[in-house]
Amino acid sequence: MSAHANAGPDGGVLYDALGPRGRRRTLICTVAVVAAGLAVLMGIGRRLADHGQFASEKWTPLVDPHDESFELLWRFLGGGLWRTVLAAGLAIVISLVVGTALGVVGALLTGRSRWPFTAMIHLLRGIPVVIAIFFAARVLPDLGVDLDILWYVVIGLVVYNSVVIAEILRAGLNALPSGQREAAVALGLSRVATLRLVLLPQAFRIMLPSLISQIVVVMKDTSLGFIVGYEELLRRGNIAIQTTRNPLQMYLVVAIVYIVINASLGRLAEAVEHRMARSRSAGRQAPAPGGQSEQVQPVLITHPVEDEPPTR
Amino acid sequence: MDPFLDFAEPVLDNLDLYATGLWTTLRICLWSAFLALSLGTVIAACRVSPVPPLRRFGSGWVLVLRNTPLTVVFFFVAFGLPEIGVNGEYYWFAVAALSLYTSSFVAEALRSGVNAVPAGQAEAARAIGLTFGQSLGQVILPQAFRTSVPPLVNVLIAMVKNSATAGFFGVAGDLSWVGDTLTSGRGYAVIPVLLGVVIGFWILVLPAGALLSVVERKVAVVR
Repeated sequence: MSAHANAGPDGGVLYDALGPRGRRRTLICTVAVVAAGLAVLMGIGRRLADHGQFASEKWTPLVDPHDESFELLWRFLGGGLWRTVLAAGLAIVISLVVGTALGVVGALLTGRSRWPFTAMIHLLRGIPVVIAIFFAARVLPDLGVDLDILWYVVIGLVVYNSVVIAEILRAGLNALPSGQREAAVALGLSRVATLRLVLLPQAFRIMLPSLISQIVVVMKDTSLGFIVGYEELLRRGNIAIQTTRNPLQMYLVVAIVYIVINASLGRLAEAVEHRMARSRSAGRQAPAPGGQSEQVQPVLITHPVEDEPPTR
Repeated sequence: MDPFLDFAEPVLDNLDLYATGLWTTLRICLWSAFLALSLGTVIAACRVSPVPPLRRFGSGWVLVLRNTPLTVVFFFVAFGLPEIGVNGEYYWFAVAALSLYTSSFVAEALRSGVNAVPAGQAEAARAIGLTFGQSLGQVILPQAFRTSVPPLVNVLIAMVKNSATAGFFGVAGDLSWVGDTLTSGRGYAVIPVLLGVVIGFWILVLPAGALLSVVERKVAVVR
């Protein structure tokens, strides 16, 4: 990640510490930006006020505990949040199991026997999650598999995320120094034992930040369940506004709930990554004999960890 | 009759609908890609600028839009824009939502690119007397851009797949709308119809993925 490139704040690489003139310019810009921002906010605020968006009956059911519908509404939304977490949790656990299985199969296949597998991974990755959920919800009942709507959402999420986790696992395995595998082979371990005892445990450790980031993706994607009528947080908000008639306020609250949960998960992923980066550099004080893995490793580790999951 | 033709009949019967669906999805994606890239660049510039409120604004933007589900952004745009006096077709609301959502990921990709440029590069640029603009334009950005290309392509691929959500929001004519209409409205068999939709997305996404692996090898910066 960026940590090794420059320790300063973002963009610290672009300019020196500012001198008196630079500081003055920055101050002028700051004032101008704040003024412009306030003007825009006030403009938007006035239009919202003109449309009656600040009328108290639009807000009190959501923010005032004394409002008679407050408790009922929040219990309803809380149930939705629980279903969001339930679907996301089930999806991530099942994806982890399926994804690991896929990753192991991928790691054991070599040479020409690999390409059907790679092709399948690419094809599955190319399916939009909405379509996968829609597919599951429409096709499985036709085939006689009648499940709770929850499971259609989970299946749709697993199709995409297990493949992503398989890819994260592959990146984790690739990031391991080749000496690990060679040492295991030299000890006489079979290929499966090498994977199970030596490579996978280390790969999982490297994967951890990406896995946490993937939970954010899954959390967000559970809201696609609304197209098949799964009553998660967003859907419940949509149902509630038919009586409370405050769509903007409701979506604001729903968005805040999502942002708080997902930003915390994102923070956690970053913290784990930093901790691992620290322990890695601490554990590598003695120069490695070949020296080569020293240089290659951080690049390999940071690429999959940083670049793959946050694209959605 | 040939069992394959039998199976594929719902798609073959409606090839023109699929073609316009593919074209509509592509148009939504091209508009959104253009807007998201422009907006994301501005946001990234805010985040690395020396002006504190701009940096706050940039990181706030990314924090909010990265952690909100696209569906919520859709609803917000569809219900919120008319309230501040911006009216339009659903099509443009979909483009706006997709662009806003994607812009945060674009900004992140660009910022990580800028941060990945070793500080020595900028220091050397300043040491030989290049101005801020010169060092940015001739030293930093060219290198930052190369590191940003693979994540940017991934962002755009994800965006194309995310655009599938638009059809379920009542944007008429895109690929997922075609799938929904043919199955729910006209009672065609579900499996072939949705496979057709998926193939449409593969046509858009898979070449980009293949291109990415080529580009990744070409622009990879050895450090």
